[in-house]
Amino acid sequence: MSQTQAHGPAAEAGEIEMLTFELQGEAFALEADLVREILDLVPETEVPGAAPFVPAVINFRGKVIPVADLRLAFGLERAATTLDSRIVVIELELDGDPTLIGLRADRVHEVARVDLGAAEAPPAIGMRWRQDYVRRVARRGAEPLIVPDLDCIFAARGAAGAVVTPLRPNA
Amino acid sequence: MSEQDPSEVFRIEARELLEQIEQGLLDLAGRLGDRELVDAVFRGLHTLKGSGAMFGFDALAAFTHHCETAFDRVRKGQAPATPALIAAVLDAQGHMRALVEDPGGAGDGEALLAALHAAVEAGEGAPAAPAPAAASRWRVAFSLPEDALINGTNPLALLAELRELGACEVVASTGACPPFEALDPTRCHLSWTVELTGQVAKSDIEDVFIFVMDDMTLAIEPLSGDAPAEAETPLPAADAAPAAAAEDAAPRPQPAGEARRTEQTLRVGAERLDELMDRVGELVIAQSRLKQIASQSPDAALRSVSEEVERLASELRDTMMVVRMVPISNLFGRFRRLVHDLGRETGKSIELVTEGETTELDKTIIERLADPLIHVVRNSADHGLETAEERLQAGKPAAGRIVLSARHAGADVVITVSDDGRGIDRARVRARAESQGLLAPGAQVSDAELLQLIFQPGFSTAAKVTSLSGRGVGMDVVKRTVEGLRGVIEVASTPGQGSQVSLRIPLTLAIIDGLLVRVGRGRYVIPLSAVEECVELSPEQDLRSTGRCLVSLRDRFVPYLRLREVFATGAPPDPHQKLVVVSTGEARVGLVVDQIVGDHQTVIKSLTRLHADVEMFSGATILGDGGVALILDVPHLVETGQQQERRLAAAG
Repeated sequence: MSQTQAHGPAAEAGEIEMLTFELQGEAFALEADLVREILDLVPETEVPGAAPFVPAVINFRGKVIPVADLRLAFGLERAATTLDSRIVVIELELDGDPTLIGLRADRVHEVARVDLGAAEAPPAIGMRWRQDYVRRVARRGAEPLIVPDLDCIFAARGAAGAVVTPLRPNA
Repeated sequence: MSEQDPSEVFRIEARELLEQIEQGLLDLAGRLGDRELVDAVFRGLHTLKGSGAMFGFDALAAFTHHCETAFDRVRKGQAPATPALIAAVLDAQGHMRALVEDPGGAGDGEALLAALHAAVEAGEGAPAAPAPAAASRWRVAFSLPEDALINGTNPLALLAELRELGACEVVASTGACPPFEALDPTRCHLSWTVELTGQVAKSDIEDVFIFVMDDMTLAIEPLSGDAPAEAETPLPAADAAPAAAAEDAAPRPQPAGEARRTEQTLRVGAERLDELMDRVGELVIAQSRLKQIASQSPDAALRSVSEEVERLASELRDTMMVVRMVPISNLFGRFRRLVHDLGRETGKSIELVTEGETTELDKTIIERLADPLIHVVRNSADHGLETAEERLQAGKPAAGRIVLSARHAGADVVITVSDDGRGIDRARVRARAESQGLLAPGAQVSDAELLQLIFQPGFSTAAKVTSLSGRGVGMDVVKRTVEGLRGVIEVASTPGQGSQVSLRIPLTLAIIDGLLVRVGRGRYVIPLSAVEECVELSPEQDLRSTGRCLVSLRDRFVPYLRLREVFATGAPPDPHQKLVVVSTGEARVGLVVDQIVGDHQTVIKSLTRLHADVEMFSGATILGDGGVALILDVPHLVETGQQQERRLAAAG
């Protein structure tokens, strides 16, 4: 498998602002300019029959937007919501249409400047996730900071499986 | 939103002009001698050429010039209007459209021009329309509307053009001028009398004023007894010109820069209207939250404000609905061309009758109805109507008839396409369905169910594939589109007499009346138009019918679905479940819910592509408390229920 090319505006820029958040203890980051709003927990409406990756919809300022659970894409277990749980509303192009999507997060940290140039391409081994779902692995202190490839994840509708190289058993 | 691109402005105008030219041509095909129509078509072509050149669409201008020239000859009586000429210009229109959309990439249209020239030359020999009478001296009296100068008309240019026709003596009349202190220099108060000497036809003089004629007064009379015998009595041009306008409610081509005084219309992008609609929708939602809060408050002032806001919001919503409505004649107009072309392709003679063109419908719905209706009309022309010989043998008039009609029925509009053709051949439908595995051989189905089979994907009874239909894509796409609009499609057919396809479409997509129900912990909205009745499902009935989900209502068995199971809520059922009976056309199905909350006017929000695979819901809505309720897709649920019933019936 060839090295995944970083794309989007982040590819050229050195340091960019990224919102960091947490899912099941793993740290993730996404470009701050994708983020529209961070919501405290709002009542979700389950959509019977929908894919587990997009299980619900919420009312975001009078619009009905889907809620996606990145944990599904990364094979992480769903945890009960806590006081720290948030929904990160991002705007993403889906098949050419800009679409608002809520992402579930266990905890949202700060907006940090991350040097994507210094970030590494996802390693071919040592990860238990679909490699194409991970755009970059940046560093925050000693901890890896995962930059998910949202375009790829949403194009695949969050289907887990396929290119998985498990090193440790799934939690 | 940013400034509009000038060429985009031209494209919009050009599309309208082309449509008007097309309508004019089609009218003309029926009344070859009608001079008004010839003039209208010529003016449309002339404006198209002129504005095309102005906006840099040179290829379009050059091409249109040939058509214009051809019509100019007709107008001047040098050539007659022939069906061949009209057909040639109609054909050329496709090329003009292509040049409007893509000035560089649309071939050169040589073949079309050749056909056009052939048509013009073929007409040369035939007796032309009587040449307009010519006289040697004319008196031309004219006055312009007051705002003519502001609108860019230059009277001097008109006078100069008259001078080109012959020697002129011009007298300006200042009789209508107001006193000096009241004089507005930007207004035109003068009128002119011109004595013109020269061998010119009356129509040549009229041509000078061709683009200002609609608003001005013009009298042209021959002078001093040498008037030709058939000289027409002078008529104010305002009467003569727009006779065609009365027949055709669509606005006539307006020369650039000469907007009509009385028409206060505004061109607004459809997406801006959509935005506005969204805001109104949000307002309605916010208002229902306010109402909920106010109803729990003892504050009388708050309640009265809340009521006022409610009234305003509902009026605003109604106004918004009206703004989005357009008459369906916009849509029906396109079918005249289609039927014209279909007639030529199939060699059948087809007459199109439209009824109820003034029926109004939401603009987005009209746009989305175009393709399905084209399919249905094509089917009628291709499969339904017989050839002229077959028709005569069957004792019918040689020309087939397709009727397009629209009418209101409650909150819906019913659009019907009917033909007087051979009708749907049941035996062939059955044979085809059996060979496709859509129907078990020898299975008993009702006539309505048999006819519904033509909407199955891949179904086509056409023995041979033509360019028009018979590719097996069509009716199923039609059905899906109509259901996507929350509509219902029905078909009726009498062998030998013809068929009728009815599309029942809600007036608007944006707002529906719904029945709010609760299933488990979730709340759902059922479109009220689909609800037939609500009955209690007693625990005994519920228990007894675990094996076969059928209840008897008024001597008919109705299959039902337990939404709790369909949605896998996992919650225990309420002790007093309700059965909401919904229907699409003939088919009925019951939906078991835990509670009926009440009726609810709903602003529909569509679900994103991420939920495109969820077929049970057609959208979502925001409730008074800010929560989201999903809207059930009734046709889909009914189909699920019917399938279940069929399975049960097959099992025994």
